[in-house]
Amino acid sequence: MVGAAVLVLLAVLAVLATQIAPYECRTQLNIIDLKNVPPSLAHPFGTDVYSRDVLSRIICGARVSLTIAVLSVLMAATVGTAYGAISGYVGGWLDALMMRVVDALLAIPRVLLLIVIATLWDGVGLGGLILLLGLTGWFGVSRLVRTLVLSAREDEFVTAARALGASNARILAHHILPQVISPVLVAATLAVGNVIVIEAGLSYIGIGIRPPDPSWGSIFTDGASSYSSAWWVWLSSGVALVVTVLAVNLVVDGMRRALSGRASVVR
Amino acid sequence: MTQPPLLTVSDLRTYFYTSAGVARAVDGVSFDIAAGETLGIVGESGCGKSVTALSILRLIQQPGRIEPGSRIMFEGQDLLQLDDAGIRRVRGNRIAMIFQEPMTALNPVFTVGDQIAEVARVHASASRREAWSRAVEMLKIVGIPAPADRASQYPHQLSGGMRQRVLIAMALVMSPALVIADEPTTALDVTIQAQILELLADLQQRLGTSIAMITHDLGVIAEVASRVVVMYGGEVVEEARVETLFAEPHHPYTEGLLHAMPRVGRRQQRLAVIPGNVPPPTAWPSGCRFRDRCPYAWDRCEREHPPLYQIGAGHVSRCHLADEPERRARKHTPAAASVSGGAA
Repeated sequence: MVGAAVLVLLAVLAVLATQIAPYECRTQLNIIDLKNVPPSLAHPFGTDVYSRDVLSRIICGARVSLTIAVLSVLMAATVGTAYGAISGYVGGWLDALMMRVVDALLAIPRVLLLIVIATLWDGVGLGGLILLLGLTGWFGVSRLVRTLVLSAREDEFVTAARALGASNARILAHHILPQVISPVLVAATLAVGNVIVIEAGLSYIGIGIRPPDPSWGSIFTDGASSYSSAWWVWLSSGVALVVTVLAVNLVVDGMRRALSGRASVVR
Repeated sequence: MTQPPLLTVSDLRTYFYTSAGVARAVDGVSFDIAAGETLGIVGESGCGKSVTALSILRLIQQPGRIEPGSRIMFEGQDLLQLDDAGIRRVRGNRIAMIFQEPMTALNPVFTVGDQIAEVARVHASASRREAWSRAVEMLKIVGIPAPADRASQYPHQLSGGMRQRVLIAMALVMSPALVIADEPTTALDVTIQAQILELLADLQQRLGTSIAMITHDLGVIAEVASRVVVMYGGEVVEEARVETLFAEPHHPYTEGLLHAMPRVGRRQQRLAVIPGNVPPPTAWPSGCRFRDRCPYAWDRCEREHPPLYQIGAGHVSRCHLADEPERRARKHTPAAASVSGGAA
């Protein structure tokens, strides 16, 4: 419940970022007088080296980080579910081939792959980052879905549906995917937390979201250069990251509990 | 008699290619079903009766395969030659199937109304509303009280007997010419069994549907079937009208099945059993497949695979006794009995 509350709060922040943030995120307020001001009433999280209000940047960063995470995970879950469902349902040599492809892709470390592509693709931008994270995130989901489909297609009501003349597409959509959807939901939520961290990492090493646009990773970078004199900059973005990922994990735990309870009482 | 049969299965062979070898689950089965008749298909577990049923609708999955040379003629077309869309138009529409286990044959996450309506939506491309009212109507036909309320319930809210009625409703939505019922009463208790059989017989009368009743229960056969096919070891071993089969069974296996049936009013210390088990389909014995368990078997049974002998009108039996009837007097203990001591 706490996790869910935090996530809802974050979502509201992200959606209404520009209205809520006390200052405009990219405005340098006063480069001489308001440089690296420690937390105060006017600037609860202080200001950074360019005299920008850190709280405002964190709020705008929430929009960027969460947009990237949610959209890329949505993409990964969709691609992974479709891929896994086809592989598991069709079976045979196609299944073997498709799964060996996934094995090969899983063997490449994701972060390394992302660094290489992001470096070659100069100035990825928001859309590009979502695409990259989405297209490198579906391998695990596809395996999960395949396993679930493999067992679901052996259910007798699937045979019954076939005996009644339902097409393969209809059976997949109506009888198999509904059984697969909840575990995928859990995996996807978990992936959101993961992707937020990866995005922060990419932005931190300067190949994700570029300054002056705020993302939690890039705010962290801004703070890193003056980590001892202006600790509030990196600390606030770091705390935002940790709290978000923690909230996501709490929600996942809650979902797992709810789903395992449901297994005995079929609804 | 001038009318061609509704369904003609000829030389159906369904083999499964497993790591343990080729399992010849159905091995040259032929029979036909006339319009409006009920054919009983009997045999114990593993004799190939369910695989036969699934083969008719081409529901055999990897590693199973219907061998070339098999033919299943239905309403003038060979079902085995149809493309995917063609066989889908037959399934649920012209031939429907009722499964054994009413809980697992229904999808737990949809209401029963939705599941009956789905059939109408697939075949009649009915609108959501039309399909739903058809579903309610079907529930009424199969004798479910308050059908409109029941339609919006989930399978777990219904009793076993009601769920079986729902499955029957699903099978009958499109008024198919043939219904294949694969042990439809096995999972139900006896009083419900009788109700379901009565329902099937009643619906058959009203709708003129042919029924293939697959069961291991001769009591069910006696009640509903007009003709019986007895299967053993993936083959048809005897075929006769139901009265003939019960009065004068020819094949020793049929004889054994009848003896193994408990009867009211006849006290016995022990129920007669057929010793041994059905041999694995990867290794049928040479010659007659029943010889290990047969009390009449002699050396010819090992050498020579018996053909279907004509016994009388519409009565055939796959047993050499037809050729040498005097051997019926020489009953002995079957080979399987001395090995296993007789399995229950």
